[in-house]
Amino acid sequence: MHRYPLAKGTVVIRGGAVLTPAGLVDADVVIVDGLVTAVESNVTAPEGATVLDAEGCITGPGFVDLHTHLREPGKEQAETIASGARAAALGGYTAVVAMPNTSPCLDSAFVVRAVLDLGATTTTEVAVAGAITVGRAGEQLAPIAELAALGVQLFTDDGTGVQHGGVARRALDYCTGLGVTYAEHCEDLAIASGGVVHEGAWSAKLGLPGQPASAEEAMVARDLLLAGELGARIHLLHLSTVGSVELVRAAKAKGIAVTAEAAPHHFTLTDAEIASYDARFKVNPPLRPDEHVAAIIEGLCDGTIDAIATDHAPHTPETKDLPFDEAPPGMLGLETAFSLAYERLVEAAGMRVERLFDLLSTNPARIAELDAAGARPYGHTAHGARVAPGIPANLVVVDPSARWTVAGTALASLATNTPYEGRSMHGSVRHTILRGEPVVISGEAQR
Amino acid sequence: MIGPHLLSIADLGHDGIVQVLNVAESFAEVEKRTMKKVPALKGKVIATMFFEESTRTRLSFETAAKRLSADVLSLSVATSSVKKGESLKDTLKTIEALGIDAVIIRHRSSGAPLQAARFLDDIHVVNAGDGWHEHPSQGLLDAFTVRQAWAAAAGVDPATTGSSLFQGKKIVIVGDIAHSRVARSEVLAYTALGAEVTLVAPATLLPPSVEGWGVTVAHRLDPVLADADLISVLRLQAERGSGECVPSLREFTETFGMTEARAERLKDGALITHPGPMVRGVEIASAVADDPRCLVTTQVHNGVAVRMAALYLLLTGGNAVLDHSEANRDA
Ligand SMILES: [Zn+2]
Repeated sequence: MHRYPLAKGTVVIRGGAVLTPAGLVDADVVIVDGLVTAVESNVTAPEGATVLDAEGCITGPGFVDLHTHLREPGKEQAETIASGARAAALGGYTAVVAMPNTSPCLDSAFVVRAVLDLGATTTTEVAVAGAITVGRAGEQLAPIAELAALGVQLFTDDGTGVQHGGVARRALDYCTGLGVTYAEHCEDLAIASGGVVHEGAWSAKLGLPGQPASAEEAMVARDLLLAGELGARIHLLHLSTVGSVELVRAAKAKGIAVTAEAAPHHFTLTDAEIASYDARFKVNPPLRPDEHVAAIIEGLCDGTIDAIATDHAPHTPETKDLPFDEAPPGMLGLETAFSLAYERLVEAAGMRVERLFDLLSTNPARIAELDAAGARPYGHTAHGARVAPGIPANLVVVDPSARWTVAGTALASLATNTPYEGRSMHGSVRHTILRGEPVVISGEAQR
Repeated sequence: MIGPHLLSIADLGHDGIVQVLNVAESFAEVEKRTMKKVPALKGKVIATMFFEESTRTRLSFETAAKRLSADVLSLSVATSSVKKGESLKDTLKTIEALGIDAVIIRHRSSGAPLQAARFLDDIHVVNAGDGWHEHPSQGLLDAFTVRQAWAAAAGVDPATTGSSLFQGKKIVIVGDIAHSRVARSEVLAYTALGAEVTLVAPATLLPPSVEGWGVTVAHRLDPVLADADLISVLRLQAERGSGECVPSLREFTETFGMTEARAERLKDGALITHPGPMVRGVEIASAVADDPRCLVTTQVHNGVAVRMAALYLLLTGGNAVLDHSEANRDA
């Protein structure tokens, strides 16, 4: 059941540089009937072809988000699969992994199938992360094999971590046998002790309950021990502390099959932002002080952290206007991720553009097994490969020299809870091409 | 110089605090008259919104507002439809429509009055205690109370002393500092006025960091007692003493309580304050609470004059004429 048809017609991306298997090359890209057919200079566009201007831009594999909260079913006033997919396309994403903490949560084949069906016609490909336990309650294993049969590759109770070490170990073991990946939101709730911000100077001054870095690190350590012992593959979601990065670095050195992601807000914002008690800065894991931000950037640069994942978490204005401790955690991320990563990692930290595409596209595609066409029964196309003839045209064209200003109300998400309101951004997504269809042209969503 | 809001003692700074204390001295004089009202805020409307009930603090603020001749709207939101999860913004927009000049907010969530100040246009917001964050009027009335006591001991008029009586004074704040809004306001007030502040508590009741607070921290009370000019005893909430932060109330009293034995070891002239309500026998022994060195009833009494001063300065900028004789004529 291939639900993802390639778009008919010819598209030419003209000008700029292209990220090919050989690195960045000045070239045009030709797409015919959804597949890249040529990457070469001075292409003559055939009659009737759509020509996309990419002068001064970089064309590369479309981004893949490992961590998107689409809110449907349950909180459609904050985001729907369609609105989230539009935001994703505008952010340069050609595939996203929908997190399971919806209502009802994604712990049954019925609900997972519904989400996949709704995502089949949107402007980004929607994959699903299934719940690891029934109701995300951390007790009884969800029907992992049944969901895996639908192509679910990642399993997590994200929103919370599996608190019981015995359950986590059993789940990790069970996943191993199925060839799917256990993913953890690392937060030991007992240590976190109800903290709503990072425990430190700011939580002390503001009188807000804090959660220490060890709440995250304790679960990272536990999971790495379990994965090492079982020989299991594990993916750690939104790492945010010095200790987590150190633990993962050491585990990788020992050969443990761990991958890790970090969110843009954890390498661009610190907990000083909460001084305003503006709940748009409330997120879980919480924003942390400078040294943690620096460690995340170092981890992204040196390969300890494999992927940038948005943890895109839409919330309605009403809920974000609640007192800080009562407001839900989470912030929008899909439409600002590339700009933030480009500015912070490439411009400020000197990361190579090739590495940035690895973090935003190639590595997350591999982690979610969205890198091979037909590997999924639902027929997702292949993402994350560098641009070369023969690949499905899931592409993004970014303009590093563009400047724009964030306005929550101008974002495609139904919600407006960006922590970057009014901030001037470096670099933008100009075009997004999904299976050969230009779904975003010159920063405008086409549908 | 003061305002538009009183959300934190930090909004005032040294000069603002001294100004409030001085104006409060003149209102304390008014209080001694038979006609306690002044017309300073005649025609102004002040609302109290206590999302968390505190009859004492609310009555103190409302009395202060009435003595300034303001009209008072008392919105008892703690018992009304406003429940956890209901939009603070909506509730505030409703009262904004009533045409008020100032709103006095008590909220269980840290920061709620600051958020309120963002949601409202042209309305002064007074923080009457927010979560663990601050209780600025309490910090001010505590500073007012001890300045008055030290001035009386020195035989001087407190209003002429500025912050001089705080210089070099050793102030110990003991008890549940981590979860105390009073502690944060007192620290800001006392350090701004030039006192040396020591926080004393078990590590579990100290804030996770005191970076930038300008205080020293001690984990034992006894070594700092004999030197202290003022002991500020904070309330310990019972649940924090039942294994959450300290093993038992008994152990807390033994190690950090202001017992009779400890009160005996205080130096001459040392004072004790408590923001109330006291849990006698836990953080303070009953006999110590009733000791003349313990200023707890004076604190409650002074609350009105200090809150009058704060409201008066916020709403008039200190420019309205404080004509007491006119007040008497008004009668
Ligand atoms: Zn999470």
